[in-house]
Amino acid sequence: MRYTLLLHYPEMMADGQLSDEAIEQGQAAFNDYAKALNAAGVLVSAEVLQPTSATTSVSRKTGELVVQDGPFADTKEALGGSFVIDVADLDSALEWAGDAPSVQWGTVEIRPGATWFDTSADAWQGDARS
Amino acid sequence: MTDAASVSAAAASVVRRSAARLIALLAAPTRDIPLAEDVLADAVERALLRWPVDGVPDNPEAWLLTVARNRQRDLLGGAARTRSAPLDEESVMHTIDDALEGIDAIPDKRLELLYVCAHPAIDPGIRTPLMLQTVLGVDAAVIARAFAVPESAMAQRLVRAKRRIKLAGIPFVVPTKRDLAGRTSAVLEAVYGAYALDSTESGELAFEALHLAMTTATLLPDDAEAAGLAALIALSLARVDARVVSGEYVPLDGQDTALWSRPLIETGERMLTHAFALGRPGRFQLEAAIQSAHDSRIDGGVVDVRALVDLHAALVAVQPTLGSRVAHAAAVGRADGASAGLDVLEAMAPAAERFQPYWATKAHLLEAIGAPESSAAYARAIELCDDPPARRHLERRRAALETAGPD
Repeated sequence: MRYTLLLHYPEMMADGQLSDEAIEQGQAAFNDYAKALNAAGVLVSAEVLQPTSATTSVSRKTGELVVQDGPFADTKEALGGSFVIDVADLDSALEWAGDAPSVQWGTVEIRPGATWFDTSADAWQGDARS
Repeated sequence: MTDAASVSAAAASVVRRSAARLIALLAAPTRDIPLAEDVLADAVERALLRWPVDGVPDNPEAWLLTVARNRQRDLLGGAARTRSAPLDEESVMHTIDDALEGIDAIPDKRLELLYVCAHPAIDPGIRTPLMLQTVLGVDAAVIARAFAVPESAMAQRLVRAKRRIKLAGIPFVVPTKRDLAGRTSAVLEAVYGAYALDSTESGELAFEALHLAMTTATLLPDDAEAAGLAALIALSLARVDARVVSGEYVPLDGQDTALWSRPLIETGERMLTHAFALGRPGRFQLEAAIQSAHDSRIDGGVVDVRALVDLHAALVAVQPTLGSRVAHAAAVGRADGASAGLDVLEAMAPAAERFQPYWATKAHLLEAIGAPESSAAYARAIELCDDPPARRHLERRRAALETAGPD
């Protein structure tokens, strides 16, 4: 089953809030984590995001296109990155999620994938079960 | 030819005996409990058509499993091609071959099903209803009544929980050794939930709770607390017929032991002996030992009040809930005098302001030392009481107090 691990954690608002050393340690931990997922053959993709100060949202909910600076929901913990993994079941996903470095300072949400788009096949794939 | 009535009786008995096992086995590879329930219902329907003509098969469980399995495969046919985790066809075939050997040779996945129902990803509030329905086949309407929620709400919560098991990918496995202990106590907690529901009256679910606990203990033969929980429920349920007489609650020591169930007490004692032999004490075994001490009256024995104080103190040490602390105070009051019991109650007073058993126990102990405050304590206990027989008992005690009046 494919799961997306959604990494939520508080954003560091001001520059210099984290020491260079702490940032380097975090990067090294994420590097090790992605390599471990890849070595286990379960990693589909991984993405670490820029802070929400760099994000832009669009919507046509009101009928016309509204472009807004900032995130969809302004929350204390923001989406900071995501890992898509393909593992046997929730227990296995839980185990990997528990190893994500950011569980030390945030929350990892484990969301089962419904369908995913296969770019080489130009088609939706996967678990169409609901 | 077999007549229709005896065939449907045979089918009903097979379903009653084996439904949980068949559903667990059907759902394990797909994690889809509603689908398993549907295909089993289809298979039962076909049995009612075929068996009167062909006769009841030698191994009806295997017949039902094979028919249900084929139906399940037909329904999954389209989806199975695109799923990322394919069905384990080999184990499915293997299972059907094994099934021909008889129900005891059919792999038992009920333990896995119990772990699924009490998985950390399942809301603790729905774990007990889920077990009652999937493991015992208890009707959603009965569960809804026991939980005092509308039937439609309970049915919807059960459907959602089952959908979540499938969509979240909760596996039908026995947890690895690393988290076995925590996961097992979640299972026992949910089983206990079925019993706790019915502790105040002889409700519809009391015997279902015992059945669930006995099943769990059988599936976890090396778990002392699983046996302890089964013992606790059996030993307490043994007194269910004596608990309410003519609509009024009868306290334990006033109960007519002729109304107690000897077979249930024997079952409970056997489970408790087995639990103790495993040498790993715990909360449920202590609670069962307390019940056992009370039940010793059945053979004209005298309840060992000293032992009860020790057991309650041990229970407070492992499970310092309001309930266990109030019960400890009552035991102390009985062994060492009402004043000593009141001292124990006094120590927990602020936290117990809205806890009914606290006020009932306080009222009894105050009455025993002749304190006039007992009437107010009874009033508070009555106000907080939502069990009619228990309320009638408290009201009578309070009325008797006023008739006797102060000297």
